[in-house]
Amino acid sequence: MKRTGAQIVWEALIREGVTTVFGHPGGAILPVYDAMPQYPVRHILARHEQGAGHMADGYARVTGDVGVALATSGPAATNLVTALATAMMDSVPIVAITGQVPTTLLGNDAFQETDVTGVTQAVTKHNYLVTDIDDLARIMKEAFHIARTGRPGPVLVDICKDVLNDETEFAYPEEVDLPGYHPYFGLDEQAVEAAAELINNAHRPVIIAGHGVQMAHAENELRELAERAHIPVAMTLLGLGDIPETHPLSLGMCGMHGEARANKAIQESDVLIGIGMRFDDRVTGDLDAFAPNAKIIHIEFDPAEINKNVPADVAVLGDAKEALQALMGKVKPAQHKNWMAQIEEWNRESQELDILNAEVDELIPPMVMRELWHVTEGDAIVVSDVGQHQMWEAQYFLHERPRQLLTSGGLGTMGYALPAAIGAHYAAPDETVWAVVGDGGFQMTIQELGVLMQERVPVKIAIINNGFLGMVRQWQELFYEKNYAGTPIQSPDYVKLAEAYGIPARRVTDRKDVTAALREAQEHDGPFLIEFQVKEEVNVYPMVAPGEAIDNLLRRRIVQGPSGLQPAW
Amino acid sequence: MTHDPSTFNKHTIIAWLEDKPGVLSRVLSLFRRRNFNIENLSVGHSETPGVSRLTFTVNGDDQMVEQAIKQLYKLVNVLRVEDVTEKPAVRREMALIRVKVDAKTRPEVMQLVDIYRASIIDVSMDSLVVQAVGHESRLDSLIDLLSNFPITEMVRTGPVAMTRGAAGKNGNGKHARRMAL
Ligand SMILES: Cc1cc2nc3c(=O)[nH]c(=O)nc-3n(C[C@H](O)[C@H](O)[C@H](O)COP(=O)(O)OP(=O)(O)OC[C@H]3O[C@@H](n4cnc5c(N)ncnc54)[C@H](O)[C@@H]3O)c2cc1C
Ligand SMILES: Cc1ncc(C[n+]2csc(CCOP(=O)(O)OP(=O)(O)O)c2C)c(N)n1
Ligand SMILES: [Mg+2]
Repeated sequence: MKRTGAQIVWEALIREGVTTVFGHPGGAILPVYDAMPQYPVRHILARHEQGAGHMADGYARVTGDVGVALATSGPAATNLVTALATAMMDSVPIVAITGQVPTTLLGNDAFQETDVTGVTQAVTKHNYLVTDIDDLARIMKEAFHIARTGRPGPVLVDICKDVLNDETEFAYPEEVDLPGYHPYFGLDEQAVEAAAELINNAHRPVIIAGHGVQMAHAENELRELAERAHIPVAMTLLGLGDIPETHPLSLGMCGMHGEARANKAIQESDVLIGIGMRFDDRVTGDLDAFAPNAKIIHIEFDPAEINKNVPADVAVLGDAKEALQALMGKVKPAQHKNWMAQIEEWNRESQELDILNAEVDELIPPMVMRELWHVTEGDAIVVSDVGQHQMWEAQYFLHERPRQLLTSGGLGTMGYALPAAIGAHYAAPDETVWAVVGDGGFQMTIQELGVLMQERVPVKIAIINNGFLGMVRQWQELFYEKNYAGTPIQSPDYVKLAEAYGIPARRVTDRKDVTAALREAQEHDGPFLIEFQVKEEVNVYPMVAPGEAIDNLLRRRIVQGPSGLQPAW
Repeated sequence: MTHDPSTFNKHTIIAWLEDKPGVLSRVLSLFRRRNFNIENLSVGHSETPGVSRLTFTVNGDDQMVEQAIKQLYKLVNVLRVEDVTEKPAVRREMALIRVKVDAKTRPEVMQLVDIYRASIIDVSMDSLVVQAVGHESRLDSLIDLLSNFPITEMVRTGPVAMTRGAAGKNGNGKHARRMAL
């Protein structure tokens, strides 16, 4: 059957199971939009292509399958770059399709021409420029294959406008032929043996579970192994929910703003098992002082991550699920009573320093996050932006399951939360989706409120308004003598703004109104916005200063006040 | 990981690339953004149509070289990568060297060219163009000597390498890759 290039794009998307695309039209991609009504897909009009990219990202993180973004050439494609880089860092499968000037004009500085494959080379897993319609079907097939297999990632397909208008005989390839692409080799069984041996002889074992556990759908296997061998589980920011944070073996998050018990346990461990995580510098702190007495087992899919930051004593190259299943048969049941007692002791110390256990009258973000957990009964998808509120969400919302928290970890992209939450809604329409944002990051992609308006997307927004680019202010307070240069930030009247978009909204300034407002939003059928005007200069603790060992923790000072323990802010 | 320059070694690495648009740019961009210390590189056809062969020298410790190979393998169009540093291999480089001469120095230059088994491929009243092929250390020493005359123009191709004996075939990428990891 004869098809135009534009139709081939849709034929391919349909065959790859795509039902929803996020995009913004323009001249070079217009043939694709022109053909769109012929196909059973839903198009969500983002207000900015970065938004379209993050929506595809949120969609992909929830479904575990590819999210699709469409954009036109030049400025539209460059607007996508931040979203692609975000997805690349966190291994999120996206296929981005951009229109390009006609092949006859390529290289001429034509109107809205940008070398998009050149610009996106470093922020995609792979990319293509399509100049011949007879390559298009194959390239679409390869793009999806590369995005979703192995270590997932974003793939961009840039298609010249004349290719979209040309016609050819269409056949979708069944197989891909990519001789240089070998996403998976199978499990290294010998290494599993060696890993089991180490675990069976451990006295102070710790697991650090990461994002790869979620990508492998290995949460059940992780839990079984941890319970069988009695191993406490710390999680990376992107691994939160790998094991329920309410589970007795959960240590919560580790790293720069991790729980003291998690960081101390890692430092004191004799066997440390990293599973589907890449020993990011926010996790390890000073590498020379990291887990000094531990034998390291690294279970990891991507060979390049092994020995990249932390040399592995036993490297188990393979899929986390397969590796954990294989380990189950070889690991002996164990009890580590003394070790767990030591961890419980660290935990008790932390509770005394926890701001939620101190006498505080002001409205503070940790309390809002804990209330959000109560009101949602822990059953919601939470999408956090980047900054202090992101860390408080990580610390005070107790994540129960994988893919429940979406956040930009590796790139730390402010403006991620609102659009990603929209994508998450389309991936899981029956779930409540909360976007937790700062006053700074919200103002970076605030225009996507237009999508909530136009599509009645029932995303709930909690703005933590502290009048500052808070995380940067915290660094200025701690490392730059409180020189708050460039960090105070004003906000518009968010309640009025929401009204302008037809979105109901509340402003909360008092602790006692937090629960009611959250409940109202949670129960409201449709989008809802709450602005929490919180105490301004609150820091995220514990904190490991950059380059320090992860058990060298800065803590909040708590002092005796007239009616009990109080934070010395 | 911290890297101690006193443990750095030069590694000669061969990579087989699919001959697709932009492949070389992907490789170069990877070297640049991963901060790999590439001393020279040369690329050309291999015995297989559609496959080009890249030879390069990277300076670093074992971990850095391991990373360079693994990161190269992540490029979709890279078929195979082989570190031939420790293997019996021949390495050759070519240079074209224009040397300024007069009636008195011309015979001296020609004598040196003879000793180094290089050849003279262009002659004019006041210059000679020398073509030299050999191991790069041999070229270094020839160039060192010729620079006394002096050299007015020069180009070196960068070394290419091939393992000795019957080994070396760019067919089974998957096996080689597994071995490298
Ligand atoms: C302001 C801010 C503060 C932060 N503070 C912290 C902090 O305190 N603590 C913290 O942990 N992080 C923190 N981060 C996040 C941090 O930067 C990293 O993004 C995060 O630690 C990465 O987690 P990860 O390694 O689990 O996930 P990823 O970076 O997504 O890596 C996942 C790994 O799993 C592997 N993988 C994929 N699929 C599989 C599979 N099927 N089987 C096996 N392996 C697989 C991948 O190859 C990859 O190596 C912070 C970020 C920001 C923006
Ligand atoms: C796009 C982008 N620009 C700048 C930064 C640097 N940055 C990290 S956190 C932060 C402050 C965020 O402020 P806000 O959104 O108000 O959140 P808060 O920390 O106050 O909770 C900034 C500017 C970033 N991460 N992303
Ligand atoms: Mg703020």
